[in-house]
Order: sequence, then C-alpha cells, then structure tokens
Amino acid sequence: MAGTGIGARVERKEDFRFITGKGNYTDDINRPGQAHAYFLRSPHAHAKIRKIDTAKAAAMPGVVGIFTGADIEADKVGGLICGWMIHSKDGTPMKAGAHPALAVGKVRYVGDHVAVVIAETLAEARDAAEAIIVDYEPLKPVVDLASATKKGSPAIHDAAPDNQVYDWHLGDEAAVKAAFRKAKHVTKIDLVNNRLIPNAMEPRAAIGDYNPGEEAFTLYTTSQNPHVARLVLSAFIGIAPEHKLRVIAPDVGGGFGSKIFIYAEETICVWAAKKVGRPVKWVADRTEEFLAIAHGRDHLTHAEMAIDENGKILGLHVKTRANLGAYLSTFASSVPTYLYVPLLSGQYNIPAIYGEVEAVYTNTAPVDAYRGAGRPEATFVIERLMEVAARELGMDPAAFRKKNFIKSFPHQTPVIMCYDTGDYNASLAKAMEIHDVKGFARRKRESAKAGKLRGLGYSAYIEACGIAPSAAVGSLGAGVGLWESAEVRVNPVGTVEVLTGSHSHGQGHETTFAQLVAGRLGIPIENVAIVHGDTDKVQMGMGTYGSRSGAVGMSAIVKALDKIEAKAKKVASFVLEASEADIDFKDGQFSVKGTDKSIDFASVALQAYIAHKFTGEQLEPGLKEGAFYDPTNFTFPSGVHIAEVEIDPDTGVTTIAKWTAVDDFGVIINPMIVEGQVHGGIAQGIGQALLEGAVYDSNGQLLTASYMDYAMPRADDLPSFRVDHTTTPCPSNPLGIKGCGEAGAIAAPAAVMNAITDALGHENIAMPATPQAVWQAAQAGLARAAE
Amino acid sequence: MYAFDFHRPATLRQANSLIGKVEDAKILAGGQTLLPTMKQRLASPAAVIDLSGVPELVGIEQKGRNLVIGAMTSHAEVASSALVRELLPGLAALAGGIGDPHVRHKGTIGGSIANNDPAADYPAGLLALGATIVTNRRKIPAGEFFTGMFSTALDEGEIITKVIVPTGGKFAYAKFRNPASRYAMVGVAVGKKGSSVVVAVTGAGSDGVFRWAEAEAALGKRFNAKSLEGVTNPPAKDLNSDIHASAEYRSHLIGVMARRAVTAATAK
Ligand SMILES: Cc1cc2nc3c(=O)[nH]c(=O)nc-3n(C[C@H](O)[C@H](O)[C@H](O)COP(=O)(O)OP(=O)(O)OC[C@H]3O[C@@H](n4cnc5c(N)ncnc54)[C@H](O)[C@@H]3O)c2cc1C
Repeated sequence: MAGTGIGARVERKEDFRFITGKGNYTDDINRPGQAHAYFLRSPHAHAKIRKIDTAKAAAMPGVVGIFTGADIEADKVGGLICGWMIHSKDGTPMKAGAHPALAVGKVRYVGDHVAVVIAETLAEARDAAEAIIVDYEPLKPVVDLASATKKGSPAIHDAAPDNQVYDWHLGDEAAVKAAFRKAKHVTKIDLVNNRLIPNAMEPRAAIGDYNPGEEAFTLYTTSQNPHVARLVLSAFIGIAPEHKLRVIAPDVGGGFGSKIFIYAEETICVWAAKKVGRPVKWVADRTEEFLAIAHGRDHLTHAEMAIDENGKILGLHVKTRANLGAYLSTFASSVPTYLYVPLLSGQYNIPAIYGEVEAVYTNTAPVDAYRGAGRPEATFVIERLMEVAARELGMDPAAFRKKNFIKSFPHQTPVIMCYDTGDYNASLAKAMEIHDVKGFARRKRESAKAGKLRGLGYSAYIEACGIAPSAAVGSLGAGVGLWESAEVRVNPVGTVEVLTGSHSHGQGHETTFAQLVAGRLGIPIENVAIVHGDTDKVQMGMGTYGSRSGAVGMSAIVKALDKIEAKAKKVASFVLEASEADIDFKDGQFSVKGTDKSIDFASVALQAYIAHKFTGEQLEPGLKEGAFYDPTNFTFPSGVHIAEVEIDPDTGVTTIAKWTAVDDFGVIINPMIVEGQVHGGIAQGIGQALLEGAVYDSNGQLLTASYMDYAMPRADDLPSFRVDHTTTPCPSNPLGIKGCGEAGAIAAPAAVMNAITDALGHENIAMPATPQAVWQAAQAGLARAAE
Repeated sequence: MYAFDFHRPATLRQANSLIGKVEDAKILAGGQTLLPTMKQRLASPAAVIDLSGVPELVGIEQKGRNLVIGAMTSHAEVASSALVRELLPGLAALAGGIGDPHVRHKGTIGGSIANNDPAADYPAGLLALGATIVTNRRKIPAGEFFTGMFSTALDEGEIITKVIVPTGGKFAYAKFRNPASRYAMVGVAVGKKGSSVVVAVTGAGSDGVFRWAEAEAALGKRFNAKSLEGVTNPPAKDLNSDIHASAEYRSHLIGVMARRAVTAATAK
C-alpha cells in the first residue's frame, strides 16, 4: 500500500535517532550534582545477616551515603509488591513473603540487595562497597524446583513454611476425569520449560532526583509502564504522593517484560535522592542484570490428553510446578496461572480442561513475565502434546490438528477464554503450502544421504493479547485495570500531538500510532508526534506489554480521534455556515454536502483556536480531546509456524533449515514493523529451544551469569524466515487489531522441539536442545534403532 | 577497575625498559582479556604498558620458508592477509574464526598466546604448525611455550615480539564452538611437515592445550581421515566437564574434529 496510513510499510520515524546514536536513554541523562549508586549484592543464595558494618566504608573517599535494610525500615519505606492476588484450591490467599528493597535480616538469592553505596563516582562507590563487612550465617539453599517443597527444605520466607506460594487450579476436574474414563487413547508427556534470562540491549538504569523547594521527586527509569511505576512507588512503597512524584521512562532499549516490574534499584535511587540531597544514578552492568533482573519461564509440567477412537480430543489435564524465585515480583503470580492455564485449549475444541499449578519459592532470582508470559508455556504444552499424540496415533500431525480445530466462533473454552474469531485451517493450509511440506520427504532423503537427520515440526499457537478488560482481570485477582488512555492535542497550525499511556521500547509506536492519526485526519505523517513515557505529560496509562498497545492503546486513540472529528465538524459548520449534519470529513477536508464549499483540517484547527466564527455560548474554543478505552475482550492472535531442522548426529548440532510463519494478527498497521516483531520473537523462541537456559549450581550460584556461559541467539544461528499472514479482523476493537509482539516467542519453541523429536525419532529431549543434549539423544535414538 | 598508571611506549626499546622498571606492570595488547578482568576487579595491576603504539610489533612478512607475524598483529589482519591466505590458508581460517569482528580487530596473536586460555584457538594452531615464539630475550618453540592452562614459558618481564611460522606443510584447524562464548569447546589442529605430524587439541584438556599422541602415530603412517577410525579418543578422565559439555562429549568431539581437520588439510 502506498501512502502512510494503516497498512503502509512506513519506515520507522524513530530509527534515525536510534541508529545515529541520538537516542535519549536513561544513561544519557545526567542531573547536575548527581552521585552514583552501587549495590552490594549477596554472594550467598540463602543466609542470615548477623551484622553489617559500614563504618570503614563510610569513611572512604567520595562516599556520600551508605544505606541498608535498617534505614529502609526506619524510614518506613514499603516493600516491593506483587499486584495480582491468587488463591489456592483451598481458598487461602497466596503466601507473599516480605520483599524489602534492601535485605532485612536475611538474603534469599545471589544478587539480592544488601546495601547501597552512593558516592561521587561509581568507582568510589564500588571501592567503598568492598569495605563493607557483612557477617553472614549461611543457610542451606533451596535451588531445585522439583524438590523445593519437600519436607525438611529450609523455609525461605516465614510466611511460606513449606516454600509453597500457592496451589491453584482452574477448570472442571470431574469433567476431565470423566473424559479420561471415556478415552480410547491417552497421551502423556513430561516437559521442562527452561528458565530464561531477559537480555534487553539496554540494561536497567535509574536516576532519582529530589527537589526540596517543591518537595517533589523525579525518577528517570527504564520502564515499560511509568505510570504503573509511579502508582506502586506512591501508593504502596510510599515514596511520595503521585502529584509529587514524576516518573520519566525516556527511550528504552528493549524490555520483553523485564522492565514492567518495579525493582529495588529504582526504588532505592528515588528514595535515596532525598536522603543524600543529590540526584542518584544507577546503571546496571550486564552481570547485575543476569543476577537480579526478573527471569522468565521455569516450569516443570506433566500433561495428559484424552483422545477418542476417532482422534478427537476429549480432555486435558495439566499439572505444573512453577518457580517464582526468592520473592514475588510485580506480576509473578499471574503468569503461571491466569496467563497460562486459560491458553491451554490452544486452537482446539477441547470439551474438558483441568489445570493445576503449584508455585514455589526457591533461592534464585525472582521470576516474572517474559515475552509471552505464560502463553509460550501453554503453547509448549499443548503443541508438544498434539505432536506426540499424533505420532502415537499414527496420524499426520497436521491432520490431527485439523480434526480438532475450533471451526465456529465465538468459541467458549472450558478455561475462561471466549475466542472471538479466527480461521485456523486457513493459516495451517497457507503455511503448509509456503513451506512446501509436500517436498519434506525428498529433503529428508537428501539429508540422510549426507548423514544428517531431518525433522519437521508444527506449532499452531494461540495467545490472548490486548490485555485486558479491567473488570474481567479484576475478578481474577488483578490489582489494577488494564484500559489505556489517549489524548489528542491539535495545535492551531494543524499539527498534532498524541499522548498515549502505552510505552514504546522497540515497538515503533512513534510510527504506527502516527500512521493511524495521519490517515484518519488526512494530514502528513510528519505533522504527528507521539508523546509517551512521562507522567507529567501523559496523565495516566497502563504501559506496554502483552501485545496491548495496538489493540488497546490505539483503540483509545481512535476514541479520542472520534471526539476530535466531532468537535472539528462543529467548528467547520460555523466556518462554512452550514448545519453540522451537512458536514462531511474525508481526506483531511471538511465539506458541505452537495456544495463545493470546503476547508482543510489545519484551517479548522486554527479556527477552533481563534474562535472568531462562534461565540462561547455556541462552542468551546480549542481542539483537544482525551479518551480512555477499556477493551471488552482479549484479542486472540493465532497462527501456524513450521520449523524444519537438520541435525548432525556426529556433533549434535541442530541447524534450522527452514522456517515458515503464517500469523493472523487481524488488521496490520505496518507490515514491516510486524515482520520485525515476528522475526525477533522467533529468534527468542529459537533461543529458548536451542540455546538459552539459566543454570544455578546446587549452592545457588548462577553459572550462566555472563555471555561466556549464557548463549543468546545470534544472526548465524537463525535462518531467513518466511513470514506471511491470514486475516480475520478482531471484532472487539475499532481497528480490528489483535497484536503481534509475542507471537514468535510463543510459537517457536514447540515448533523447534517438534521438529527435533521428529528428526530423532523419539521424544526424550528437553530444552535447550544444545549440541550436547541432541548428540546424546541422537546416540540414544541410533542405539534404539539398531536394537 | 581499580586505579592504575598507564604507559604507552613508542618503541620496543622503551617497552623493554619500562617493563624492567615499573613495579607490578601488565602488558596491554588488544585488551580483550586483560580489560574485562580488570573491570571485574579480578586483575589489579599497578601499571599497564600499552603496546599499541609500537609499530615494529605489527605486521606479517615472508622470510624464506617462514611467515613472521608481529605480536601485535590482530586476528583480523591474519585472517585477511593475502600472504597468510596463500601460504597458510588454515591459519587464516583459524584467525577468522576467533570470537566476533570486534574481538578480531582488537585481539592480537601475542596477547592470545601469552594468555594461553585453555579454550583459545592459536595455541593449538601454533603447536601443530611447529611455530617458534620470539620474545625480547629468546626464541621458544611452541612445544615448550604452552605449559598448562593460562600458563606459558614466559618469564617476568618477557615480551613476545613475534611468531615464526613455518610454511610448506599441511595444516588445518577444526573448531567446535561453545554455543555461548564461541571459544573452542573442542578445537583440533592438525599439522604435517615432512613425516612429522602434530595433532593439538584445545578447549578440552583439563590443563589446556595438549597433543594427541595416538592420533599423531596413526596419521604418521598414513595422513588421511580414515587412519583415525581405529584410534580411541582421548579418555574423558583427562578432559574438562562443564555446563556446556561433559568430558565424554568432549572426548567424542575430539575424534570428530580431528577427522574434519585432517579432511580439510588433505583437501586440494
Ligand atoms: C567476546 C570474546 C570472544 C573471544 N573469542 C575467542 C575465540 O573464539 N578464540 C580465541 O582464541 N580467543 C577468543 N577471545 C580472546 C581474544 O581473541 C584475544 O586473543 C585475547 O583476549 C588476548 O589477546 P589481546 O590482544 O586482547 O590481549 P590482552 O587482553 O591485551 O592481554 C592478554 C594477556 O597477555 C599479556 N600480553 C599481551 N601481549 C603480550 C606480549 N606481546 N607479550 C607478553 N605478554 C603479553 C597481557 O599482559 C595479558 O596478561 C575472545 C575474547 C573475547 C572478549
């Protein structure tokens, strides 16, 4: 499509700034007189703090202040919170242990915050931190997820004596039992969803600033949701009331969920700014990020699927143990519950589903939402099950899926979700066509000739995006509503500023949102500026995660634009001396029906502000409108990814030979940006499947604390992806958008593992399928074949 | 990083005299290993002597049947040198497979071998090629230079100035990269000069680079990949085990990489 409106491949407006190094990230900001913070972190996974002696450190050169948990307590700074209440099967609320921003009495993971040193330079802060003497009494650490709740495991929190956070369930257990009694075939599977460490290009950073004249704080921080940060820091942690606390999230270099949360470091920076009377800056180094950023995934799952004699699924029973780490991070509790089990129906008509989730504490970094959050875990379970079941039944995996696809909409699943629209056959058929699935047998023979194993795997994923209807999430335990806000400010010359409560940290909102506005108002895209990430500019908003900015954030903009158009028509009617009902608005021109009288948008804007053509009684001057949009349903992006791998059985190296993605994201605003999102998501999903995995040793030391040991996917690990689309517009929002930010990361792991197990001829391999793991599995497969 | 004094000599003479005078000094070459360790505060030299201003340490030239590579020559320069590509294509490929472009443009051959990381590529390559390491004081054959993990025959104050690499034989290096660091999880270099064969293994040994005598004996009889079929891989008990690869897997990979190296070395 030509032009710059919805559907056009507009180059990203923000890229020039980023590519030429003109971005304005938190670390680019320096406040006059600022001091530097360094956090002394726990070297122990689990230990009592007997005593902290800061006397020597405090006398070191350049030291401005040293604070510990005692100071936090003395100042009555509230603990970090988890904002989603989950109740166990027996109705008891989850057991949330205290989470002070600086450890009080005990440390609970390697990297936990023991003290902060604020000094003139970072080097001086570090030097002083080394001089702090901490008397620890090491305790036995709880590291292993499987055995964390075993009798005799030391308690990490007094509030949770057996280390269990909750034991939750969803679905109809009796119906599932009945389904399994009727089953002709039951497929069982045990899965590990490996722990991942988010690695945004920009590490976290924060600057706290206090203005004693106004008694007001400013926090610059790497946040995906500055207003939520302000709300939590104000209402729960108690830094300052909201009107005395400004949170700015400037350019942010990637988040993937990890920058949703309110962390100890930013809390301390803003609090300490007043204590020391200086702006306080902290920038994480990469090791700190590995140790203390909220990690992702980390599930152990046993799943069973009941199938009848015709290959129809009767029921699904999933039992998962989820690692939440040492403390409950901001949204941790929701991820393995309401973001997980309600997605277990996948694209399939499954009459009965029962999911049980036991969440536990361990002496490891907190675990929270990471790209996809719960939905990749759900897709991995259902899509591995589908593939394994098809193999056990001797059915073609695509045919088995087709047989069980949901074909009519709306479709109410047994686990909360009501899918609004979709065409699962269409995306499967298109993906198979593009991928040349027919040619796979030939390609497999060719690989075999070269001594290689080839496999093909599907992943037909669904996700719930556009998070989320406020009342619905409220009824499920969320502490906040998940609407979005927008304000459209038309300047007298007809340029437009759009204020959004969502936040762009790589998604390209400055472009896509501008496309919407420019197209709607018929003005050049250069005349539109998107403003976000500052609580003093944007009144309130809920931020960006869960592929919500298009479906929810842009819907709010549409609502505000509706109001702008209505008001502008009124202005035009005065200027054109016609009745309001006779005014048409098209391509940026207001015209009077049946005449050649017209006026363009910019001129109407000017008229709205000079207000010469109407009186105050007739119309308010100005052209500025705001709107809040609360979605009526989740959106349900879906699609099919096909992975084809080639394995070298000599070394265990897996090469992704071919990748096809056909996604249904509803209406697409900018295909180029969407492809970028899909590419990145697939890369992350392949990373999870083949490369990434956090490893703690039995003492709770993180062995993968740098890129020397934590394998991130690189360009040469990845093939060129074929990305295409089918479209069923979303019926529940005005633009028909579903969202695309997480799809790749959700779809990819199951596709890869289905392809690898296809190549190996057995299911006995877990993620990450490293060369060593694949080599071992290939040897086992060859040995089995030889028997 | 702690505070330190910084010296930047312009000649080898100046460097020599500085290293003799300055207490607790470390030589800085490409900085790819030294600087990260200093930043992490694992190394804290009182002074750093930066060799990047000494032009005589950089460059590649042919001297008779040898290639002479200056200690401060970067991996990228070795990888892209027309001379190396022609006379020792296997060495150019080895250098081109180190790290990433940034590392290859900063990291140097002298720094790499002085450091003798047990997963580095050059030590295996130079052993198999029968290279000689030249310092400000003496010449050390590669076979005597690499004395164990992170240790070399270098004495206090000794500076590597160049590396002399014989040409004219057969040589290839096959590397299995660690998926995270891209260092060698197992790397096998195979060199043949006349009737002598050296098979050097990096990344796998519990004490750094080592020679695989059984493979050398088999290849000494007939230099082709088939000769390795009957040879048992080095025993796992002498090999490294970590989160990326067990000793058994490393042992297996040594066999695979050795075959691939010999195949490459014998390919026309
Ligand atoms: C991300 C990354 C990936 C890497 N991947 C690989 C890889 O795949 N394979 C590989 O082999 N290497 C790899 N390296 C190492 C790199 O190739 C360098 O060779 C290595 O870091 C040392 O060389 P340098 O020139 O940087 O030396 P420096 O870091 O400056 O010095 C290293 C040590 O050698 C000493 N030294 C330096 N020069 C001399 C000299 N002339 N005489 C005496 N002593 C000296 C120094 O004092 C210091 O102790 C990697 C490094 C990084 C950072």
